[in-house]
Amino acid sequence: MDAISDMPLLEVERLCVEFDTRAGVVHGLRGVDLSIRRGETLAIVGESGSGKSVTAQAVMGLIDVPGRIVSGDIKWKGQSLLTGDGPKRAREIRGKEVSLIFQDPMTSLNPLLTVGAQIAEVLQRHLGMTKTQARTRVLELLEAVGIPAPPRRANQYPHELSGGMRQRIMIAMAIACEPQLLIADEPTTALDVTIQAQVLELIAGLQETLNLSVILITHDLGVVAGLCRRVAVMYAGRIVEMGLADDLFERPSHPYTQGLIRSTPRLDDRMNRLIAIEGSPPSLLSPPVGCSFRARCPIAVERCTEQPPLAVVHPGASAACWRPSVPAWQESPPLEAALT
Amino acid sequence: MGAFILRRIFQGFLVVLGVTIVVFVATRLVGDPAKVMLPLSATDEQRAAFEHKFGLDRPIADQFVTFVGDLATFDFGESMWQRRPAMDVVAGRLPNTLKLIAAGLGLAIILALPLGAIAAIRPGGIADRITVFGGLFGLSLPQFWLGLLLIMLVAVKWRLLPTSGYGGWQYFILPAITLAVPATARLMMLVRSSVIDELNQQYVRTARAKGLRFSQVLFGHALRNAMVPFITLAGWEFISALAGYTVVVETVFAWPGLGLTAMQAIRHSDLFLLQAIVFTVAIGIVLVNITLDVIYKLIDPRIKLA
Ligand SMILES: Nc1ncnc2c1ncn2[C@@H]1O[C@H](COP(=O)(O)OP(=O)(O)O)[C@@H](O)[C@H]1O
Ligand code: SF4
Ligand SMILES: [Mg+2]
Repeated sequence: MDAISDMPLLEVERLCVEFDTRAGVVHGLRGVDLSIRRGETLAIVGESGSGKSVTAQAVMGLIDVPGRIVSGDIKWKGQSLLTGDGPKRAREIRGKEVSLIFQDPMTSLNPLLTVGAQIAEVLQRHLGMTKTQARTRVLELLEAVGIPAPPRRANQYPHELSGGMRQRIMIAMAIACEPQLLIADEPTTALDVTIQAQVLELIAGLQETLNLSVILITHDLGVVAGLCRRVAVMYAGRIVEMGLADDLFERPSHPYTQGLIRSTPRLDDRMNRLIAIEGSPPSLLSPPVGCSFRARCPIAVERCTEQPPLAVVHPGASAACWRPSVPAWQESPPLEAALT
Repeated sequence: MGAFILRRIFQGFLVVLGVTIVVFVATRLVGDPAKVMLPLSATDEQRAAFEHKFGLDRPIADQFVTFVGDLATFDFGESMWQRRPAMDVVAGRLPNTLKLIAAGLGLAIILALPLGAIAAIRPGGIADRITVFGGLFGLSLPQFWLGLLLIMLVAVKWRLLPTSGYGGWQYFILPAITLAVPATARLMMLVRSSVIDELNQQYVRTARAKGLRFSQVLFGHALRNAMVPFITLAGWEFISALAGYTVVVETVFAWPGLGLTAMQAIRHSDLFLLQAIVFTVAIGIVLVNITLDVIYKLIDPRIKLA
């Protein structure tokens, strides 16, 4: 299909989201910048709690009490979705031009409606189709997401389908109106390994045939390779590194990215090196001043008490770190080094 | 489904039979019907004649066989008070009670669903606080007192509606409201809490992400899922109205229904009529339960009828 166009489809600018909780204000997003162009694929990776889902929800306009967008902007095709008549536009494009797939297909579908009816609902809402028109299109969509025997499946209820099938239903629902952007929030985390690969393949295939822009959210770096062109690494409510996938895996700049890659099992490795980064992410109730990775960073220096900006490290890669590209860990873990 | 309904009807039949046996035992063995039903001044001859007339002088096993045989033909014997078959009295009064329950409970359901759902949109918000306050208020009003208050204000003072009795639609309004107030409060509070739960479910997120209008999300998705507990409580309301609340409301409004008749039967020591009423209410409860099971299945495809 056609190449990536130059016009940014979605721009997220310095977005801050807070949640009021009993314990206090949780600073879920602390200035997130993102942009994605037509036909582009972007992965957002990071540990659980880093703000990936909140980013997706903010883009979809789904931040609701107790959460709120405190500052920043979200632009769709150059126009703000937060100011002026933006919120009205946001309601119209949601589910039509931008759609979202959730992590858990077991609970993401309404148990009382047939899956066919749940897909048809989108078509009726956004394309003004009649029930009969929608029915025909539902069968096409089920076919497109690789569900066998569509006429029978359309009349089934979620509990009659497996997890993988339900996720395919979610995908069918998401692509029903031929959106321009598909956000998949950990779409395979809840699935069996074999099913995971199939679902990712399906998303990759649809991305190509529909020239979709895709934001794939995952905590598993292994999922990213081969599926996404660019990667954004999130940590404690911020993007700490952004770059082209191949490049980022080859020479990660931010110590956190280095640690993530180090802790991801690789198929081509003789030994499975699973070394988690020591420590845990900071509490977002009172985020630390300066670099949020400081407490876990082996190469932290005095200056790291200041917040490092997301700056270009080399062409196509930027990182929010005062000492980018300095190896934070030895290439080999100590044990392996001792053996050789 | 058909087999299920047949099985439930059979089970219900056993339940009704059980209830009848209890009634039989309670009236013949625990007390002495002749003593209860005849005035204290009755002579021994009168008593013997009475016992003979109703077969009370025969062996108890004999009596039971006749009793069950009569039941099969809905023959409950003669109402002493009305001097006609007890079942005729019941058949004449039952429709009035059913109409009253339909009006009262119908009103409660129509009010409770939207009020509860709207309150649930923003727990702790203005609409929610008004609803919860109204609900607690409605629950705290004793039904007979509410009925009397309505009669005094609306019927006596303002002369807008008839005070009591049975007739056209004007006669329905006050008793139906009296029956509906506490039921509305209970149903509304339940709708509120179940819809709050449902709105936090993941499938609601999906519905919103699909770009559906909020009304569609609320009524088409969340409220629909809240219907199973709602139906359970609505069924319970029907049963308790049939077996209890209408007694109060019908007495206050002199409504010629089953509840008032039960009171009168007790006052006239009319055991046979009372038996017929208890039997009818038991059948009613069984039928409501079967209906509920069928409705559950229609709402929730995950429910297996067994
Ligand atoms: N509804 C909410 N109420 C309070 N805090 C929330 C809520 N949603 C998200 N958060 C907080 O925002 C932060 C980011 O969460 P999230 O985006 O879900 O992380 P993840 O990267 O695992 O998807 C977390 O600290 C989380 O506790
Ligand atoms: S800024 Fe400092 S603490 Fe933060 S990652 Fe870079 S070196 Fe480590
Ligand atoms: Mg998440």
